[in-house]
Amino acid sequence: MGRTLAEKVWEQHVVRRAEGEPDLLFIDLHLIHEVTSPQAFDGLRMAGRKVRRPDLTIATEDHNVPTVLGPISDPVSKTQVETLRKNAAEFGVRLHPMGDAGQGVVHIIGPQFGLTQPGMTIVCGDSHTSTHGAFGGIAFGIGTSEVEHVLATQTLPAYRPKTMAIEVSGELPLGVTAKDLILAIIAKIGTGGGQGYIVEYRGEAVRKLSMEGRMTVCNMSIEAGARAGMIAPDETTFEYLKGRPHAPEGEAWDQAVEYWRSLRTDDDAVFDKVVEIDASTLTPFVTWGTNPGQGLPLDAAVPEPSSFDDPTERAAAERALEYMGLTAGTPLREIEVDTVFVGSCTNGRLEDLRAAADILRGRQVRTRTLIVPGSMLVKLQAEKEGLDEVFTAAGAEWRQAGCSMCLGMNPDTLAPGERSASTSNRNFEGRQGKGGRTHLVSPAVAAATAVTGKLTAPADL
Amino acid sequence: MDAFTTHTGTAVPLRRSNVDTDQIIPAVWLKQVSRTGFEKGLFSAWREDPAFVLNDPSYEGASILVSGPDFGTGSSREHAVWALQQYGFRVVIAARFGDIFRNNSTKMGLLPVILPAEKVEALQAAVEADPKLAVTVDLGERQVRWAGESVGFEIDDYTRWRLMEGLDDIGLTLRHADDITTYENGRQPWLPTTV
Repeated sequence: MGRTLAEKVWEQHVVRRAEGEPDLLFIDLHLIHEVTSPQAFDGLRMAGRKVRRPDLTIATEDHNVPTVLGPISDPVSKTQVETLRKNAAEFGVRLHPMGDAGQGVVHIIGPQFGLTQPGMTIVCGDSHTSTHGAFGGIAFGIGTSEVEHVLATQTLPAYRPKTMAIEVSGELPLGVTAKDLILAIIAKIGTGGGQGYIVEYRGEAVRKLSMEGRMTVCNMSIEAGARAGMIAPDETTFEYLKGRPHAPEGEAWDQAVEYWRSLRTDDDAVFDKVVEIDASTLTPFVTWGTNPGQGLPLDAAVPEPSSFDDPTERAAAERALEYMGLTAGTPLREIEVDTVFVGSCTNGRLEDLRAAADILRGRQVRTRTLIVPGSMLVKLQAEKEGLDEVFTAAGAEWRQAGCSMCLGMNPDTLAPGERSASTSNRNFEGRQGKGGRTHLVSPAVAAATAVTGKLTAPADL
Repeated sequence: MDAFTTHTGTAVPLRRSNVDTDQIIPAVWLKQVSRTGFEKGLFSAWREDPAFVLNDPSYEGASILVSGPDFGTGSSREHAVWALQQYGFRVVIAARFGDIFRNNSTKMGLLPVILPAEKVEALQAAVEADPKLAVTVDLGERQVRWAGESVGFEIDDYTRWRLMEGLDDIGLTLRHADDITTYENGRQPWLPTTV
């Protein structure tokens, strides 16, 4: 019987297999940031251990960093960032600190450097590590104990998850993006639908996505409960990688591509579960509630909690409407927002900024609008194309790279009761600041919403 | 990590689904660089509501949290596990858990117990009827017991053994350091390094 892509990559990384034990899996790349690493480095120090493979480890500062120029003013954030700098120096780990041209959100910089390649195992103390699966590797988030384990051994003990295929047939209609697709998938299978699985996104609509779009899809696998999501590499992948600083060159490139072409699910392979979705039926998608599964097409209205058959879902909807300050039956297009955020590891890449700029060119924003590039390189590229001028001319704020308003850890937050349209990945209670209310959207919908002040599709303008 | 064999204590019912790790410990608490002091951040936004179940004095001292489905979804922050432990919880019972949270828990010796949704509901109702009800979680027997009820749960043999012995994963892995070296020597030559 043939094997799935996930099985092929997993088998390639098994260091040791023993009856009744989890596999010991080799980790090709370990990404580090300031939030989930300090206690792991402390653990190494206490045990007198070193980082086994600093040459497979890279660190950056992203969660705490302010996105306006200047030093960190919060002393606790400052200590955390300084602790990473001290640890990176002590243990010999390459670090891209604030102000460095290579700094950025951890999941933006890996692919940008060409460090994320097909067939690799990649981990990071961050659940959105699933992003890197867009290149056809197994990439997943880990906790601090596992960060310490990888630092010390470059391996992880793990049971292979089950495999799920999400088959996306048809083509995404014009104006419907990778973000709309993944939000629709999460709404379909639920926040627990992917628990225990590695998801492989397949089918015509997935093949037609750019690498940026594929990263957006894989990024939010965890919001459907799947620790990892992946897409088989193809010409789009190779084209993206070629010439990047850490991509193979010359003969090594040819060897690598030959191997990468074998990284696809065999025709006779069997998935543990298959989910099908027709891309051609999709429209711009937004969330109305407080988990990423509570989403609907923008054409819909805020749902009646009584419309949910499952009592748990009904209770969750009631609670979500209360927290979100919404009334059942209100058309989603009538929801007024205070703030628009374009950025994050989900939608902070150049393609996302271009999509927002295309809407904002020659228009004015009515809301506070933060445009935050995912990395300093994305920022430079965007400025080279003049996107920054489009944003500032429209009245939006053009910021420095960082996680920004995706999570309430740096100065970019919502005030209590404030409502956002956000291109980030989580609409949890308080995620963007205590009491803040989040609607997850694509960059195009975010930009259109900034123009009207209400949840808006670009086609509405 | 402390060994976990069997634990008897009182429980607190958390009747909510999708209790994500941002609720368990909001991001503002993650700035600490130490491993202690996270109990103050546990459910800190929800605890501001006097009606929140952890503010109910009848559940004071509870060491078993009985939650709705999809507990610990979202962010990978292990701080969620530390916060629960430092507050005094030894066990979380739910019908479904976020994968990363469940994994983090077993690394720290906080036992995540998966019970069928109707059993979780029954236990919540029993605890609400009698907040001082003694609940036993027996990892050796893979059972949760209360007031004459006994419900089995599944956990793989290896994780169970590691929890019961209180073993440190890194120490276990380093017994196979030679296997790691052998694997490293056979890796594909084009794979990138960060140097």
